Amino acid sequence: MAKKTNKSSTAGLKPGSLKYVWSKVSHNAGAMGGLVIICAIIILSALIPFISPYDYSAIDMSNMYALPSMQHLFGCDELGRDIMTRVLYGARYTLSIGFFSVLISATGGIILGALSGYFGGLVDTAIMRFLDIFQAFPQILLAIALSAVFGSGLDKCILALGLAGMPNFARMMRANILGIRGAEYIEAAASINCTKVRIILKHIIPNAFSPLIVQIAMSIAAAGLQASSLSFVGLGIQAPEPEWGAMLAAGRNFMRDYPHLVIVPGLFIMATVMSFNLIGDAIRDALDPKLKD
Amino acid sequence: MSALVEVKNLKTYFSSGRGTVHAVDDVSFSIEKGKTVGLVGESGCGKSTLGRTIIHLTNSTGGQILYEGEDITHPNRKELRALREKMQIIFQDPFSSLNPRLTIQETIQEPLKLSKRYDKQTIEKETNRLMELVGIEERLRNSYPHELDGGRRQRVGIARALALNPQFVVCDEPVSALDVSIQAQILNLLIELQEEIGLTYLFITHDLSVVRHISDTICVMYLGQMVETAPTEEFFEKQYHPYSKALLSAIPTTDLQKDKKRIILKGEITSAINPQPGCRFASRCIYADERCKQPVKLEELGEGHFVACHRAKEVNGMA
Repeated sequence: MAKKTNKSSTAGLKPGSLKYVWSKVSHNAGAMGGLVIICAIIILSALIPFISPYDYSAIDMSNMYALPSMQHLFGCDELGRDIMTRVLYGARYTLSIGFFSVLISATGGIILGALSGYFGGLVDTAIMRFLDIFQAFPQILLAIALSAVFGSGLDKCILALGLAGMPNFARMMRANILGIRGAEYIEAAASINCTKVRIILKHIIPNAFSPLIVQIAMSIAAAGLQASSLSFVGLGIQAPEPEWGAMLAAGRNFMRDYPHLVIVPGLFIMATVMSFNLIGDAIRDALDPKLKD
Repeated sequence: MSALVEVKNLKTYFSSGRGTVHAVDDVSFSIEKGKTVGLVGESGCGKSTLGRTIIHLTNSTGGQILYEGEDITHPNRKELRALREKMQIIFQDPFSSLNPRLTIQETIQEPLKLSKRYDKQTIEKETNRLMELVGIEERLRNSYPHELDGGRRQRVGIARALALNPQFVVCDEPVSALDVSIQAQILNLLIELQEEIGLTYLFITHDLSVVRHISDTICVMYLGQMVETAPTEEFFEKQYHPYSKALLSAIPTTDLQKDKKRIILKGEITSAINPQPGCRFASRCIYADERCKQPVKLEELGEGHFVACHRAKEVNGMA
């Protein structure tokens, strides 16, 4: 009956607990790199009014298409606006769309999935068939259709992307709950007079939730990308607001002669998406009990 | 001695896509206070369902359940709460019966907190008492289930079941998922607890050597029905039902001298979905004939020894 001794940094920590995940993720170089990049973008976008002497919408005809220089680190766009200022302002849009739309889709999806998985039967059929309709469309097409209905603007863009992402979370949550509902500890909880609400809140949701953390991290990246796509087709954030997708869309006309107009926002999109994906990957590995350190 | 738990013509049916599953069909038996009834049978014969129906984790379809002579078949909410404090269950798989996110302490304290009868200090004291009672080291208090081995996990499960001082405990194959050496420890713990607290057990298992060690009475189930019941000593000496005979012949022996004839059963297990009337074992029984298509009832063939078989007397040379 020798107790397994575990000498790694995660010894004694609850698998799936925040501390445990952190101790594993912090040993993953890719994830830490991603975290640094995202933190840097967030901090810089918060400080940009103090760092940059330029206004993101100030037109300066003398600097049209200016190449990167000491005055304009990333150059200027077709109206002579400083690209660095614009791209860092743009981070506010892209990241907040990413965070808040995932907040909407995760909250809504988790509640729907939990109800569906726990109660089963008619409730399950009603919710899942309704979500099937949602999922019949490609997610980005659905987001485009929804924002065409809602109109443009930051809040509407968040709502459209949030709703379009909901079915994924609902499906995952439902599947997790179906697996946990049959476990003996749920029966044991019932046998010691746990109420249904307590069983769901204390025994089912905490155990069903951890796989979703990964989905959340990855979805933030996807939502940011979709926000850029929406702006690119002219539905999300409107000019002159400097959303990354909108910057790409505007710059693509001059791509041949002045590639820095698209390269800069493109690189920011890529770095952000990649960072979130790396973090998501690391969290997934940390949450998988089969992957020992 | 009076019966603590009595079951009369209990039925538990489940409806499935292909018909009604008769998981427990017309089962009657009783358990005396402080005794252990061993319920044996192969996988899927309804023995776990029977145990779960008695403690109301599964709803019964018909029949009666009595606790200390009182009818508890259809309790209301309040009665059910009270009942669950008197009747508990120990589960088979110690790896899925503990919530992986609760510490040992939290798991043991949960029933105490839920009962709302205890203040903080008493809960603390009770936790210590329970941990000592089932033999869990104090240092494991804040450990998580995955850090414990199967035996210790099962002890935690037992502590949780005993937290509210129940009188009746359903042990649903509590040792079949454990290593043999640990099986013995847990079995002995259960026996000690019975002697100390006077617990009454319904011990469900498919392992006959385990059941012999712990039971006062043996009940054999086959496809939802009781086919034979007898005091343990008597049962291991003489079985009247052809199924029980086959079951016993399957126990491995260490005695090389003993000439053992293994009875190998042939044929398919009858489906428990919408079964035909008559003996359910008939399709696999070497003695089956026309009479076996008639329904069978338990019949007393010896002191406290009941058998449900039309041909039991002939086959055992008693006719």
